[in-house]
Amino acid sequence: MALLEIQELCHNFGGLKAISDFSLTVTAGELVGLIGPNGAGKTTVFNLITGVYHPDGGHLYFAGQDITTWPSYRIMARGMGRTFQNIRLFKDLSALDNVRVGAFAQCSYSLRQTLFRTPGFKRQEAQMTDRAHQLLARFKLSRYALTPARHLPYGEQRRLEIARALISNPKLLLLDEPAAGMNQAEIGVLITLLRELRQEFDLTILLIEHHMGVVMDLCQRVQVLDFGETIFTGSPLEAQHHPAVLEAYLGKDGEPDEI
Amino acid sequence: MLALSIQYLLNALQLGSVYALIALGYTMVYGILTLINFAHGDIFMVGSYLALWGALFLLGSQVKLPLALVFIGALLFSMTLTALLGVLIERLAYRPLRQAPRVSAVITALGVGLFLENFTLATIGPQPQHVPPLTPGYSFTFLGVTCSDVQLLIIVLSLMLMVLLDWLVGYTMTGMALRAISYNRTIVPLMGVPVNRMISLTFAIGSAIAGAGGLLYGLAYPVLDPYMGVRIGWWAFIAAVVGGIGNIRGAMLGGYILGAVEIFTPVFLPASTYRDFVAFSLLLILLIFRPTGLLGRPTFERV
Repeated sequence: MALLEIQELCHNFGGLKAISDFSLTVTAGELVGLIGPNGAGKTTVFNLITGVYHPDGGHLYFAGQDITTWPSYRIMARGMGRTFQNIRLFKDLSALDNVRVGAFAQCSYSLRQTLFRTPGFKRQEAQMTDRAHQLLARFKLSRYALTPARHLPYGEQRRLEIARALISNPKLLLLDEPAAGMNQAEIGVLITLLRELRQEFDLTILLIEHHMGVVMDLCQRVQVLDFGETIFTGSPLEAQHHPAVLEAYLGKDGEPDEI
Repeated sequence: MLALSIQYLLNALQLGSVYALIALGYTMVYGILTLINFAHGDIFMVGSYLALWGALFLLGSQVKLPLALVFIGALLFSMTLTALLGVLIERLAYRPLRQAPRVSAVITALGVGLFLENFTLATIGPQPQHVPPLTPGYSFTFLGVTCSDVQLLIIVLSLMLMVLLDWLVGYTMTGMALRAISYNRTIVPLMGVPVNRMISLTFAIGSAIAGAGGLLYGLAYPVLDPYMGVRIGWWAFIAAVVGGIGNIRGAMLGGYILGAVEIFTPVFLPASTYRDFVAFSLLLILLIFRPTGLLGRPTFERV
């Protein structure tokens, strides 16, 4: 069953065609990679999926519903989680609170219940806090629970972003360059972590990554973007040898080098 | 001498409570939108009129209601309607300008303030309205210090509202979502938080508290006029900046400081007319030496 279905998505920035005719179907349980050179439009695709931008053409379906015109918060509350290329934590909030913000959409109490501290309100608040603690523990971040996010080491900040995305129990996780800025050892840990998370949280993952090792290891399928157009869909291994992909990354053979 | 000092302190606490309540509205809206809502003082003015009408309606009912009930009724009436007014102002005047340059929103805020003043002037007229007493009028004297029931009511009720708000913002999920928006408004929707609804909530809470302030002010200084929100609004705004705008506890502290400035100015200077001079001087000095206010966190640009 298709969890996410993207049909002929188009998006322009002014006169610039950022994305044209982008189609992609992600089935529940899959791990799909979205790759391509810098500026190919990968993050724009994420922004279109999550409602940060609304597409100029095409359709988006998620978990059986047309989400093309939905605002971000509705899309995310429907079961998506996302991380960012350049870490976007709430730097002055504690690690615990960063994760708890992710759970806000799950709380269903009203302001009246809040003000009168009804049992329902207390139970939900306690549940969310417990769950946030569990997630921090799962990501080996417990000792940073009360530390402002800005003081966490880089790798921990990356993990915290994933924890924040997972607290709402998303069906689909969008990871934007999770390995950026990591060394080889850290990347190995990340790959193992993502594999485990996929099992534990029953996740479907769509991943943007520059690091070919991560893509080769994790993804069952990749889609390659160049200048907003899909130039290849298939297995990661095939992608590595496909002439159009090589051209996009390395430039055309026999093309004179310009300074 | 000591008794007199304590008396002044009590008066400062009473006035400061009202300033603090209004300052909270300025600071909350600034915290979430980085917008100075210059109409907030006038929302307070509308709130005090609403409280007056609510009280007059209840006092005029066939059944003789106990004063406490009249007070609570007027309080709820004023808070509910000012909350609605605040939400309406945000929806109609500020939301369409969310992406516009900051100065457009600030000018709009000034415009909304003028609108509220002149609408009140046109519909109700310039003649001052008198607020009937809503307390039995007890006063307690202890070692030469006199405390009226109104004074006690203002100080205690304000404190309760402030503690409630501080708890809401600092210790609940709702408050955390609000704080998250104040740090980064663009990514919060991607955590599933409905930002527009949270902004409406901020305006509702801030305005409702100003509405409560309107009733309390009317009890202590029982003459209302359409321009009363201007001076009090400015003072509350200074209170918010002195405390550190965007900081809830700062606004409370600033409110009490400004209350003290107003009460103690005539004690140390020849006339009470110096009070605005002192208040604005305080603002200027603070802006030079501590631009983030007393409790504001310093913002630094990352290079």
